[in-house]
Amino acid sequence: MNNKKFKILAVPYIVWMLIFTIIPLALILVFAFTDRNAEGFRFTFDNIQFAARYLPVLIKSVYFATVATIICLVVAYPLAYIMSKMRLNHQRTMVMLVMLPMWMNFLLRTYAWMSILETNSGFLNRFLSIFNIGPVHIMYTQAAVILGMVYNYIPYMILPLYTIMIKIDNRLIEAAQDLGCNTYSVFRKVIIPLSFPGITSGITMTFVPAVSTFVISQLLGGPKNNLIGDLIESHFVSGGEYNPYYGSAISLLLMVVVFICIGIFNQFDNEEMEETLK
Amino acid sequence: MKKFFSRFYVALILLFMYAPILVLITFSFNESKGRSWTGFSFKWYGELLRDDAIIGALGNTLMIAVIAAVVSTILGTVAAIGIHNMRRPYKTIVKNVNNLPLINPEIVMGISLMILFSFCRIHPGFVTIIIAHITFCIPSVILSVMPKLTQINNSIYEAALDLGCNDFQAFYKVILPEIMPGIISGFLMAFTYSIDDFVISYFTAGPDSQTLPLVIYTITRKPMTPKLNALSTIIFVIVLFALVISNVLSGKDVEKQKKIKKNV
Amino acid sequence: MENNVIVSLKDIVVKYDGEQVLKNISLDIHDKEFITLLGPSGCGKTTTLRIIGGFVTPDSGEVFFDGKKINDIPPYKRQVNTVFQKYALFPHLNVYENIAFGLRLKKVPEKEINTRVLEMLELVNLSSFGRRNVDYLSGGQQQRVAIARALINHPRMLLLDEPLGALDLQLRKEMQIELKKIQQALKITFIYVTHDQEEALTMSDRVVVMNGGIINQIGTPQDIYNEPVNAFVAKFIGESNIIHGIMHADYDVEFASKRFKCLDKGFNKMELVDVVIRPEDITVCAPTDETINGTVETVTFKGVHYEIIVDSFGFKWKIHSTKSAKQGDFIGMNFTPDDIHIMKKSDSSPKFNMISGEATVNE
Repeated sequence: MNNKKFKILAVPYIVWMLIFTIIPLALILVFAFTDRNAEGFRFTFDNIQFAARYLPVLIKSVYFATVATIICLVVAYPLAYIMSKMRLNHQRTMVMLVMLPMWMNFLLRTYAWMSILETNSGFLNRFLSIFNIGPVHIMYTQAAVILGMVYNYIPYMILPLYTIMIKIDNRLIEAAQDLGCNTYSVFRKVIIPLSFPGITSGITMTFVPAVSTFVISQLLGGPKNNLIGDLIESHFVSGGEYNPYYGSAISLLLMVVVFICIGIFNQFDNEEMEETLK
Repeated sequence: MKKFFSRFYVALILLFMYAPILVLITFSFNESKGRSWTGFSFKWYGELLRDDAIIGALGNTLMIAVIAAVVSTILGTVAAIGIHNMRRPYKTIVKNVNNLPLINPEIVMGISLMILFSFCRIHPGFVTIIIAHITFCIPSVILSVMPKLTQINNSIYEAALDLGCNDFQAFYKVILPEIMPGIISGFLMAFTYSIDDFVISYFTAGPDSQTLPLVIYTITRKPMTPKLNALSTIIFVIVLFALVISNVLSGKDVEKQKKIKKNV
Repeated sequence: MENNVIVSLKDIVVKYDGEQVLKNISLDIHDKEFITLLGPSGCGKTTTLRIIGGFVTPDSGEVFFDGKKINDIPPYKRQVNTVFQKYALFPHLNVYENIAFGLRLKKVPEKEINTRVLEMLELVNLSSFGRRNVDYLSGGQQQRVAIARALINHPRMLLLDEPLGALDLQLRKEMQIELKKIQQALKITFIYVTHDQEEALTMSDRVVVMNGGIINQIGTPQDIYNEPVNAFVAKFIGESNIIHGIMHADYDVEFASKRFKCLDKGFNKMELVDVVIRPEDITVCAPTDETINGTVETVTFKGVHYEIIVDSFGFKWKIHSTKSAKQGDFIGMNFTPDDIHIMKKSDSSPKFNMISGEATVNE
């Protein structure tokens, strides 16, 4: 259906996106650089300077999210490959099993871990006490936050990997074997390079929500493990230290970090790609 | 040996994914509030149904999801057709902007809308949360309709015109049926995203427009209650049911296609 | 042609989901020959090729390479390379890297890789295409890359799975000649799978005709064309008229209610047989008592010859003749004893007896 006059149909949507996506983001930018006093708005770098004080929190968030993403990738990659080689009806069942927890609200999933990890009455320690082990203190630690992230976001890693792997033509694998690849080099030379798009989108879909989360860290990490998301939240919720100017500055920082990280993943991908070419 | 190892691996991950949920489900039937098993009971399900905050939030959630999904499906489908017919540089720009809400952290989108609404002095309530949901639902509708449009063989539209359809008829009789699967999956995606959303709702909902995820969040901040176990169980069963049905349907579809292929 | 056997298949059986795809196949392949596995789709030819390549393990039977059993040797340890159906080029590598793939695995020094890849590019006439992305090549060019990628490893044997299937007619003819040239220049064994009988006859030293998971006939193109062993082979290779016959004695056959002299013997007295006569072996003549006579139904100009369909008591004869005939004419058909091929009845003959003049079996 190629008819240039139809392009007018995009107008309502473009207007919508302008008002509710572009302008709000622009507002964050404006707020991040303004201050309001009796005389009205004025331009300032104070907010950014304020936000810069929280750099350690930002670094911690990136660190947590990176660890969680790497664990997700390492665990999900073999699973996705095994899934892609299953019989068709088994594949469908597996996809369903992976999606099912994803469709349950992540708050409930996180809540489930709270009741498991609790030090005094959690199920894990009850279970371990049968063998006279423990109690282990996982709740309100960094490990708990990372565990929560892995648990919540691993389906977002598995599915893109699986989707890309079923698309890899089996003849390519056979061709590689034919030309002298053993199982290991088939992976290194064909399957991994061809699944790069899936790896990138999996990493993005896991890393972005993980780095910006504010609930998982609150529920599983406690006040000691506040992340950048919690910081932003506290500046926008009345009752906290409500200050949208500071909040916007921190959000801007987060956005910059996210876009840089996505850029790095893509860059890394391209280099890996070229590496395997040799 | 290899097969055993891969099965073991799959089982291990499934255990990791499902053990917490199974614990929730089991203890939703526990009589006492504590962590030790004291007897089977439906008590918490009863309490759940008597909780006005939860029931009210459920109503809000469904209403918001229906409105957001319908509006974003219509707006998104129309927009997809428009974008499909745009010229190169503009098309690419619009497509990239469309991806923005998908890449941007949810929390940033939430606060940016919050700032917009407070800047325009619109009080948070149903209007704000519905607008917010539509905004993050449209991109996924567009993403599921666009590929269907590119798949369409251009000559079928021209054939329809040739056979006497006007533009509107050609769209209605030929194009729409072709892209329907994309529209439906776009609608379903929008609907589930809306039901499931917490972060953006958190920043855009008003006190009268609390959704289920928001109420769940409030409960998790308080001392634990088995009511939430009961709620999780119900949601799990509903999701399981929906997935099994869609799986059976798509399975039938696959078989049908196989048969068609065989007959050709 | 040297007759030392390089690959030997013994009593191979392969089952997919309980269904026998190959039913007890035995085949010897000679060193440096160009052998073609020919048959309709689903006849088991590709499976046979994949057994030799190592992608299918037979359920029973043995595969020998140079006299050594190789049933359980994985593909990457075999001295065999494959040109895959639709080429299976690696989309993430350019032309040069696709061809260099096998050498890189063997950790061949960069300098040698470079010379050998350039050599190969030259062999397949793609010298200036090294840096090209494989997705931007035409079908014929992709084909050449696939061949070069396989040949650079100096295989003892090249397996080709319908390699020309996706090309247009003109290109296919060119590539047929080119492939034959390459095979003769490199002096290695080519095993070629196709459903195109013309391709098989043009290129091969020997042709293996397969149907329904069994081998029907093995022989030179001439043998197969001139002396098909059964109705299926006759139908599949070239066009033919196949008709019921009865052997009265050696060199004496009856069909179309007439007695003819022939060159075949060794049948039982009064044995039912299939009689094959190629359309180009029949000449049109004036009807006599000795000839089979009929009415010309249609005449079609085919370029080199006319195709004349003649109705004789319900059986449609097909004649290829350089001379035309007039529709509705009553004519006689003449052939020599040499043109009559007698074959034993086989599983596939009844259904061919029902169809008459329509002789081309093409998928």
